[in-house]
Amino acid sequence: MVRAFFIYNQKGELLISRLYRPDVRRTIADVFRIQVISSSEVRSPIVTLGSTSFFHVKINNVYVVAVTKNNANAALVFEFCYRVISICKSYFGKVDEERVKNNFVLIYELIDEINDFGYPQNSEIDTLKTYITTESVVSSQIVAEESSKITTQATGVTSWRRADVKYKKNEAFVDVVETVNLSMSAKGTVLRADVDGHIQMRAYLSGTPECKFGLNDKLVIDKSERGAIDAVELDDCRFHQCVRLNEFDSTRTISFIPPDGEFELMTYRATTNVKLPLRVIPTINEIGTTQVTYLIIMKTGFGNKLSATNVVLRIPTPLNTTSVDCKVQTGKAKYVPEENVVVWKIPRIQGGQEISFNGTAQLTSTTTRQVWARPPIDVDFQVLMFTSSGLIVRFLKVFEKSNYHSIKWVRYLTKASGSYQIRVSRNNFLGNIGLTFTA
Amino acid sequence: MNVFTRAAPKKGENFELRSDLNSEYRDKRKDAIKRVIANMTVGKDVSGLFPDVLKNMQTEDIEQKKLVYLYLINYAKTQPDLVILAVNTFVRDSDDQNPLVRALAIRTMGCIRVEKIIDYLAGPLQKCLHDENPYVRKTAALCVAKLYDLKPELVLENGFLEQLREMISDSNPMVVANTISALSDIHTAATSQPSTSSSDPAIFNVTPTILNKLLIALNECSEWGRVAILSALARYQAQDEKESEHICERVVPQFQHVNGSVVLAAVRVIMIHMRNVPREDFNKQLIRKMAPPLVTLLSSPPEVQWIALRNINLLLQKRSDILSNEMRVFFCKYNDPLYVKVEKLDIMVRLSNENNVDALLSELKEYASEVDVDFVRRSIKAIGQAAVKIEAGAERCVNVLLDLIATRVSYVVQEAVVVMKDIFRRYPSTYEGVIPTLCANLEELDEPEAKASLIWIVGEYANKIENADELLSVFVDTFTEESYSVQLQTLTAVVKLFLYKPDSSQGLVQRILNTATKDCESPDVRDRAYIYWRLLSTDPGAAKSVILAHRPPISLPRTTVAPALLNELIGEISSLASVYQKPAATFIGLGRIGVESMQHRGTDLADSAKTALQTVAAGQAAENLLDFDDEPAQEGPTGLAATQVLQQPAAKNIMSGTSTNPLDDLVSIFGNTSLSSGAAIPSAAPAIDPLGGFGVVPAATAAPSTASNQQEDLLGLF
Repeated sequence: MVRAFFIYNQKGELLISRLYRPDVRRTIADVFRIQVISSSEVRSPIVTLGSTSFFHVKINNVYVVAVTKNNANAALVFEFCYRVISICKSYFGKVDEERVKNNFVLIYELIDEINDFGYPQNSEIDTLKTYITTESVVSSQIVAEESSKITTQATGVTSWRRADVKYKKNEAFVDVVETVNLSMSAKGTVLRADVDGHIQMRAYLSGTPECKFGLNDKLVIDKSERGAIDAVELDDCRFHQCVRLNEFDSTRTISFIPPDGEFELMTYRATTNVKLPLRVIPTINEIGTTQVTYLIIMKTGFGNKLSATNVVLRIPTPLNTTSVDCKVQTGKAKYVPEENVVVWKIPRIQGGQEISFNGTAQLTSTTTRQVWARPPIDVDFQVLMFTSSGLIVRFLKVFEKSNYHSIKWVRYLTKASGSYQIRVSRNNFLGNIGLTFTA
Repeated sequence: MNVFTRAAPKKGENFELRSDLNSEYRDKRKDAIKRVIANMTVGKDVSGLFPDVLKNMQTEDIEQKKLVYLYLINYAKTQPDLVILAVNTFVRDSDDQNPLVRALAIRTMGCIRVEKIIDYLAGPLQKCLHDENPYVRKTAALCVAKLYDLKPELVLENGFLEQLREMISDSNPMVVANTISALSDIHTAATSQPSTSSSDPAIFNVTPTILNKLLIALNECSEWGRVAILSALARYQAQDEKESEHICERVVPQFQHVNGSVVLAAVRVIMIHMRNVPREDFNKQLIRKMAPPLVTLLSSPPEVQWIALRNINLLLQKRSDILSNEMRVFFCKYNDPLYVKVEKLDIMVRLSNENNVDALLSELKEYASEVDVDFVRRSIKAIGQAAVKIEAGAERCVNVLLDLIATRVSYVVQEAVVVMKDIFRRYPSTYEGVIPTLCANLEELDEPEAKASLIWIVGEYANKIENADELLSVFVDTFTEESYSVQLQTLTAVVKLFLYKPDSSQGLVQRILNTATKDCESPDVRDRAYIYWRLLSTDPGAAKSVILAHRPPISLPRTTVAPALLNELIGEISSLASVYQKPAATFIGLGRIGVESMQHRGTDLADSAKTALQTVAAGQAAENLLDFDDEPAQEGPTGLAATQVLQQPAAKNIMSGTSTNPLDDLVSIFGNTSLSSGAAIPSAAPAIDPLGGFGVVPAATAAPSTASNQQEDLLGLF
């Protein structure tokens, strides 16, 4: 399993070093620095040298590295690295050199707790926070009792929840957040469209509540009330460890005892009937070698009552662009030379609206004839109270011994950031298929 | 240098730290400990502060305790005599009323690999294994594995193994999971020794009773525990078909787990136990359930995605029906890392068929216009593979290739030509119409593979290309300058041309046979030329039947690894072996493996080794560096490794640092090499001065020889 765990800065200096097994030596840290950090070749995230494998993840300006010596479970090692990163994020915000240096004592404490002899241990963030804190804890009678509770919880069947939670007002908030991934050809054909959904829950419920959660999942709806509601087809669902997986497998009911506070209840993926919130129709022409003209039309795909906010289009320009003349009726468009894009920002588009961008890029003449790779147009946006997949939360029932009344809130959000891409390629080969040869 | 810091740190940081560690103020002491740990991390030697740090061990402050323990783990080995002072505190802590402290003590004691501590470990461990608190129990369970790693006989003597076995029935799932991890760890350690007999108590085999307990614990324990249990299930030998079915049914719900490693571990168990179930409908159902979670893994971070993709690649070779309708999800995103894109390409080709070939081609064509040269080439290769695989789509593939050739981007054209050659080999005499277009680009080709491919095409169709002799004569003219593969192809092509059109190309064939047999350096080319020559001169009919023989068309192999190896790798899903797609023995252990043992395993390395072999080869040089002992370095390879270090700017850190790292000594020796040989020359120079009248010649020879002597001496040192 994980033999050693390191965090390096960009120069390859060690910030954190923890050896879990005696068969690795400190010098191994130098090997990674020399072979990976200092060498400039493109390489895979796993490097095996001799019998030692280095798994690394680069985040901001640090390398998070796990070392193994046997035929290790590669997926587990990377999941572990990412777990360390997410735990660190929740403790001190962001993982970068400065914060790692400032929190090194805490990190040592954490990586000691979540991994023993190379085997990952309990890494539930909420539970960890109950006994690894940023203030120092002094061991005494009271603390001992408290620790005894914590440890029972940390290893128990519901390791994610303490038994003695109490709230005056019992509330549960459900946020359905969908990220749309789109890849569309220049002609408007959808090459790939899917939705990564996350259902985020904030539960402020007393005692040990038993929750049941219902969606307009096609498999459930079809069984019960035929065609009453528009059902969605979910390709795959994944759940927080509090959800009883065998129950979902047999009857598709989502039942669980939630952790206290915020957590991600489930993630899902949908690929059928994905509603696209925004449609972008680009027309880009290269005129000679000195000019490129742009006409980009954007239409909304949702009702008049809704609106898309924080819309940002990144429109690629050739590398030898000198200036871009932009005309827009809505929002602001600006050429950003260092990224070779025109950034068009629109604070809000109401449903049913259609807006356009007109632009001309002036190019310098270059001596070498270099082909412009034409990266795709990238669109970021947010649409409140809209789900691309059509998913709806049908109910959330809370059962508790004391039978209290609880209030539930549901919000929907569809967004895209960096994954909603419209290609602007020059030609589409399908048009040339009828080409004939001369033998 | 370590001796000095230890003996008398009169001034400097260690001196300051020492006084702070002994300060009367608690905060100051704690702060000093933190600084010690910081120094330890960057590789500075703080082992000299051992007694001072140890004094701070007994404290109510858990954070401080943890820091001191961390220090102990690191330096206990260097101060075996002093560690004994810590034993008392450890033993007392393992009896503390706070379970966190108890667990911490037992956890740390297991990590301190000093004989004296180990002897005191058995008592507290015995107690902790039966602690009322599950947190302590789960820590103690792993501690048994730690102890076994260090002193197996101690584990056997104290009956810890039996206790571990009993703990499989523990009421707490986390304890069960750690117990399984510990037992598996011990099992691996015991079986890796050649002398192990099957009756060794350390061997851990899953029995039907244990199986049931595992299946129950599986649904309740933490994600990592699930992986541990699933790995144990993968090792289980099912009694009959029914049991295998039962296991599969119980494991399937794990596909819905949010942690990707749990999903892959579940896939592994299912793939293994599915083998015992002959019912195809049952298997089909499992495979159908497997597809969505595998696709979901593609929304993980790139590294996890890559692992998933490599495994999907393997799974597809075993069961091509897994993701039959899912090709689109493998389309590359513009900002995917290259290693992910390359894997996706391969899977896209695997999933391609008559129905989706259009979508595939428009994607591949798109990729071929991207900036990354390596990716573009691979995309073009993929077009060729699709053409070879799908007969109905071949014509469309050829059209796309023609479009790409029309871009006249040099590397695109060259790759497309190479790919066209494969298409000709698959569909002989079908696409002759494109030959003129290919030949038009003759002058642009500068890579040997592209040249060789085009020459092969010209030779193959020499009877249909009117100006074949003209085209080939260009290459005959530059024959001796061409690379070896181009020479071979030119030779064959000209002979083919001669056999087709004996009248017009007699002169050409004479010329090339002459050049190839007389002026050519490569023995292969020369031998082939002789064979052709003799064939042609003795029996032209035989020559024709040999050289123009009908060859069976090529096809795209469905698997890239041999079937036996594939089965082995399917059983290793999610492990490094599955990622590298080669048996674990080739990259772990000594990092090398003999040819015989490979043949013995009935596996064929040649196909799969390509990528991984490079890493291993690179690793072998570094191996010596990795297996460094704390003892002084030896000769030969170590020196090599050290030179590698010298080339890197990062080595400066080592030089400036004051760690106990043996590399330092090497680096400093090498540093001296350049210094002393540099010094040798000036010292030789004044010696020459008095002899100035004798001219410069002896001086010039004298200086290098001194220098080289010096170097030889230094080499002798190693």
